[in-house]
Amino acid sequence: MKYRTFRIGGVHPAEQKLAKDAAIEQFPIPAKVAISMAQHLGAPATPVVEKGDKVKVGQVIGTPTGFVSGFVHSSVSGTVTAVEPRADLAGNMVMHVCIDVEGDEYADGIVTSDRIERDIKGSPEILLEKIKKAGVVGMGGATFPTHIKLAPPKDKKAEYLIINAAECEPYVTADDRLMREHPHEIVLGARIMARVLGVEMVVIAVEENKPEAFDALSDATLRYVGIDVVKMKKKYPQGGEKQLIDAITHRRVPSGGLPIETGCVVQNVATSYAVYQAVQKDKPLIERVMTVTGECLPEQKNYLVRIGTPISAILDSVGGLPMESAKVISGGPMMGKAVANLEATTQKGSSCLLVLTPEQTARTPETVCIRCGRCTQACPMGLEPWLMNRLGRNGDYAALEENKIYDCIECGCCQSTCPAHIPLLDIVRTSKAEVMKIIRSRAKK
Amino acid sequence: MAKLIVSPSPHFQNKTTTQVLMNDVLIALAPATLVSLLFYGWNALLLLLVCVATCVGCEFLIEKYLRGREIPCISATVVTGVLLALNLPPAAPWWVAFVGSLAAIGIAKMCFGGLGQNIFNPAIFGRVFLLVSFPVAMTSWAAPQGWLPIDAFSGATPLAQINEGIRQGIPADQIIAENGLSGWHAFFGAAGGSAGEVSALALIIGFVYLLVRRVIKPYIPVAILCTVVVMTTIFWLVDPGKYTGPVFNLLSGGLLLGAIFMATDYVTSPMTTIGMIIYGVLIGLLTVLIRYFGSYPEGVSFAILIANATVPLLNKYCKPKRFAA
Repeated sequence: MKYRTFRIGGVHPAEQKLAKDAAIEQFPIPAKVAISMAQHLGAPATPVVEKGDKVKVGQVIGTPTGFVSGFVHSSVSGTVTAVEPRADLAGNMVMHVCIDVEGDEYADGIVTSDRIERDIKGSPEILLEKIKKAGVVGMGGATFPTHIKLAPPKDKKAEYLIINAAECEPYVTADDRLMREHPHEIVLGARIMARVLGVEMVVIAVEENKPEAFDALSDATLRYVGIDVVKMKKKYPQGGEKQLIDAITHRRVPSGGLPIETGCVVQNVATSYAVYQAVQKDKPLIERVMTVTGECLPEQKNYLVRIGTPISAILDSVGGLPMESAKVISGGPMMGKAVANLEATTQKGSSCLLVLTPEQTARTPETVCIRCGRCTQACPMGLEPWLMNRLGRNGDYAALEENKIYDCIECGCCQSTCPAHIPLLDIVRTSKAEVMKIIRSRAKK
Repeated sequence: MAKLIVSPSPHFQNKTTTQVLMNDVLIALAPATLVSLLFYGWNALLLLLVCVATCVGCEFLIEKYLRGREIPCISATVVTGVLLALNLPPAAPWWVAFVGSLAAIGIAKMCFGGLGQNIFNPAIFGRVFLLVSFPVAMTSWAAPQGWLPIDAFSGATPLAQINEGIRQGIPADQIIAENGLSGWHAFFGAAGGSAGEVSALALIIGFVYLLVRRVIKPYIPVAILCTVVVMTTIFWLVDPGKYTGPVFNLLSGGLLLGAIFMATDYVTSPMTTIGMIIYGVLIGLLTVLIRYFGSYPEGVSFAILIANATVPLLNKYCKPKRFAA
């Protein structure tokens, strides 16, 4: 059988799913947590607790600021020791609520049992409100607030709900384990979102390298009509929203357009799990599955980690940072962010903690472009990275705009395949920022 | 604690470097080079060594003393040297190889800015430079004795024999029959001509290796060969006495060598699939036209050189298929 996949470009990095056989373990609650107010795309939340306040697990500690924003909840019970700017995973200074942990007392109304609640009660509006109040965001890494994606503009009609279970990044296994161990919750979460959107067709897209997850989900969907589990070819960046829509429906998100214009809403599989918890258990997003992996680590883990746990605590649990480590990455090796500060804490979008050695990650010297065309063949957006490298270095922003630099999804296919080791994506990112500035200033006029 | 690196994504780099790719091209050229040495012996080896040494030396001196840097990719330079050697008549004097190498690297490559910047394929440029400068040396096909205990081929190349014969009014099929030039003998290695043209099989082995290692895409060679087959079949069906047939054209002369190793040079070929196909078809057309109607018996070198000049245009107008309209 020929599996589905997107139709332009893509690469096949070694999958390195080292942690795929490690069952999900509850990570011990740390003594202190620091919870970022900027865990979603958009405006950071406004803290609503002060130093000295007592908080419980699941209590709101940040409320949305503006439309594209979200709720933030305490992941532990204890005393607020500070509300202050701190460096987050990406190195940005953002407001954090720091809490000293005392016990593990949940806020009222949160159900903590593992019993699977199949009965979905409530109107779409009520369900949507619950999802919003629970602070659910896209957990694949982009952290776009889920309630906004589930409420498309009135003139746009969603036809498909696509559950993104591609997990195409090498090393990351968090979604794989979640699907294998909690398939029923994921399917129910998808059904809840389908009801909110009013769509008839739900597609759960799993890459072929996760056969156990595929089987588990297939079993879990047997009793329902309108939910398909689809096996996808293994190819990066399959989990890119635009690529996944193309693979499933052969529709293409237009340049500068939103996915809803193709009638599709894409949600990550971990988001689906969080939606289930939010609606059926009234449990806000306070923890997530996170892979801890790397060849140089003695153990490969998939932890259920409370949001706000320091990176250092997680690394200590696998024997600390090895001497030969060169880079700690939050996320996968293709799109993840290098961590500058090990005291930074986990967030809603932190799917993986990857430790790489110098041999694996050190940048090698750049040589000259020999116009081999590999970057162009690899680009899933059909762009010409070699040309952007040349135009970008010359500062020819008009030509870059003409060549659709703003379509770049920053997947890194070009740079990782370049035999001359040219930092193509660095150049594209900086040039893209300039081009976007020009486009915005023109729009203002 | 060790210092941590912080840099933007991607954090993973493919281990294939330019050097690795060019080494693969050298490995792919090995069968054809070995066969040429077996057939043409010491003089072919001398030409090979002179070409490689001159190319590397010339690039080294220019990079070092005019730009103050090392040769960026030495294997690419060696590839140029080997290709030029394979494009010389096996009996050519050593100074022809020397001058050709200087022209290839000094003019075609370094004048344009070195690796990655040249418009014309250096080896092809070197060959054409020699062809127009030293026509006698470049078309003397008296072959030296090789390392195999068989008679050396001498006299003109099959293409030249036919070209000459047709000019005298002898039908092409008659010349082929009389001289045993069926074309198939060229498959295993029994054709007069440039050193690298001696065995089609050796070239095809190299082609398969390049495809398996994903060094090149098949589009350019396939487009060239298909165009030549289609064109020659049409002409041959119209008048087999005047025009040679497809099998003969496919297997004789520098067509395979050019299509597989010269036209696919990264720097001087287009980036996109559609660009590659147009480029290949153009080379195929020009090759057949020059072979049939030109005054030179062999047309591949000129065809590639002319097509090289269209590559910037092809890159400009043959954009990849964009994801979003």
